[in-house]
Amino acid sequence: MRGVFLGVALLSAGVGIVPLRVQAEELLIHGFLQANYDMRVTGQHPPGPEGGDFLFGEERFQLRLDKSGEKGRLFIRTDFFHDAVANRPDLELREAYVDTSMGGSDVRVGRQLLIWGVGDYLFINDIFAKDWGAYFSGRPVEYLRVPQDALKLDLGTNKVSAEIVAMPFFQADKLPSRNRFLQFDPFPGVPRSTQEPALEFQNTELAARLYGTTWGFDTALYLYRGFFRMPALEANQMTAPTLITETFPRLVVYGASTRGNALGGVVSAEVGYYDSLQGQAGHNPAIPNSSFRYFVGYQQQPWEDFTVGLQYYGELMSHYDAYRATLPSGFPAQDRHRQLMTLRLTQLFWNQTLRLGIFAYYSPTDQDYYLIPEIRYSISDNLWMSVTGNIFGGRRTTTFFGQFDADDNLAITMRYEF
Amino acid sequence: MMERVLLVVLAVIVVAQEGGQAPLRGASPLEDAASLVRQSQEAFHRAGTDLKARVKMTLLTKEGQQRLRDLMMLRKNEAGGNQRYFLYFHGPADVRGTVLMVYKYPNQEDDRWLFIPALNLVQRVAARDSRSSFVGSDFSYEDVSGRDVEADTHKVLRAEALESRQTVVIESVPTREADYAKKLSWIEQVTFLPLKEEYYDVQGALYKVFTADEIRDVQGLPTVTKRTMTNVKTGHKTEVVFENVAYNVGLGEDIFTERALRKPPEKWLR
Repeated sequence: MRGVFLGVALLSAGVGIVPLRVQAEELLIHGFLQANYDMRVTGQHPPGPEGGDFLFGEERFQLRLDKSGEKGRLFIRTDFFHDAVANRPDLELREAYVDTSMGGSDVRVGRQLLIWGVGDYLFINDIFAKDWGAYFSGRPVEYLRVPQDALKLDLGTNKVSAEIVAMPFFQADKLPSRNRFLQFDPFPGVPRSTQEPALEFQNTELAARLYGTTWGFDTALYLYRGFFRMPALEANQMTAPTLITETFPRLVVYGASTRGNALGGVVSAEVGYYDSLQGQAGHNPAIPNSSFRYFVGYQQQPWEDFTVGLQYYGELMSHYDAYRATLPSGFPAQDRHRQLMTLRLTQLFWNQTLRLGIFAYYSPTDQDYYLIPEIRYSISDNLWMSVTGNIFGGRRTTTFFGQFDADDNLAITMRYEF
Repeated sequence: MMERVLLVVLAVIVVAQEGGQAPLRGASPLEDAASLVRQSQEAFHRAGTDLKARVKMTLLTKEGQQRLRDLMMLRKNEAGGNQRYFLYFHGPADVRGTVLMVYKYPNQEDDRWLFIPALNLVQRVAARDSRSSFVGSDFSYEDVSGRDVEADTHKVLRAEALESRQTVVIESVPTREADYAKKLSWIEQVTFLPLKEEYYDVQGALYKVFTADEIRDVQGLPTVTKRTMTNVKTGHKTEVVFENVAYNVGLGEDIFTERALRKPPEKWLR
């Protein structure tokens, strides 16, 4: 514990907000200790030392330091963990920011978690980085989020507010690792390199959200200028490629969302136009086409402690004919109108200490699915455990969920919070 | 039978006088029961222009296992009988920093938002007041923030002394969705606070009992500072203590916004 206080002391000296004695009194220290193991249940393995029956295994200690003063707030969330599959200790700075207010506006500078949009694990205007490997291996949902280094400005009135985010350091989505997940590879065996946007001022990503609540509906407009976070694959030659480069083409997204009480539940809707700046004609197969994306959702509580949620999502590709014409033969083609639906069922028992739930994706166009059943029990106010399944499948092994057919897994998590 | 009618009439007169309202000529006991319930709601759920209180709920199983829900309640009355709630959870550890915000409207479904700090996520919650337990306690959302007076038909049953306090016993039968088939309320004649409530299910069996265990004067407003809800059937009960209650503290509109959900106003949380 002394080490922690020493760290805090050094930190506060560095930031130099208030004298150390006052700091120690008002500093809030919280966190958790967590064990999290995830087993593949199909008996199949990817090659390599990390490709065993365990997709994931770790012991994790999170420390949160929160200090509020008159002029601002300091918040740090650091995870210390041991990756049991790779057998190595590591550290992850999940959040580290300073908040301050200037007039009617708030500023947050530093590493932070950002979430926008009204989807239930469907993302259109939520263009922030995600860790799909964490999501697919049953880790607690907060680890789907990859923190970003950003400057965020909040301003507005009680009726209308705006958030403006500048992200100078590009962060790609984290895809399921090929060392641990069996998955589709359009260029099997070909070496890959990654080419992220250069660290230049002009590559700073900008995102803005204007939002307010009118007639009980939370309504928002969004604008994003940056890059696709999922890599596009560029082959040095199409017939017999010897090198694949993962690139992140330029992207602008215009969008809107709304949600509110209607039809005896909560109704939500979101739209977005993904403008692929480098692929506007749709002739380059290495750059995603522009697309219009939408979803509608409905959530209701038919009886006590039971909720049901439904969503319908669609993705309409622009320049589809050009896409089909230039797609190399043998490559799986995406549909012109890709569709996806989700279903969530949650039932709570025993004074809401036991939760049984399932979240399911099904795509009628890709003909694949992803099911996430979960049991979570709060053993006490500090201790909970959960068992989560991740079941993938589909008609083909080249679709988004279908490719993970051999990765069905079961995760066990136990966390003690303090 | 005659005695009972007299009692009812007596109770109505007592109620009308205590409320400082002259009984309407020809008003039926039914209407007077409703106005008594309305006054009780005002005293119990709408006292002051706003309220700040640290609320500590202890959930107790029959076996004696305890769980604590520790939250800061900020409440503000709005025009037209509307209310706003900002509930910031200090504990337990796995929900620390969670905020529940409710816009409560008479005779209309409430708007309800939940902020989850680990995700920095604001969600809209679909839940029916009458049927959902408040954070796993024996209190429903309605028990915490009040039920529409028009959602039941009310009848004065009798005047009755409850531990030396004079009360009027009211029977309420729901005309809209409810988790009970009948409710009896013992409303104190001086403060209009409910001292006791009994909830009966469709079989006519008692299943939930509310008691106001401590009433204190806060800034001239009688306030229930300790209350208990017991589920008679399961033996589970929830004890609630209101600490540091303060009325008319001047809560601003800016507290009840999505922006404040994401960045809770420090000065009001401790």
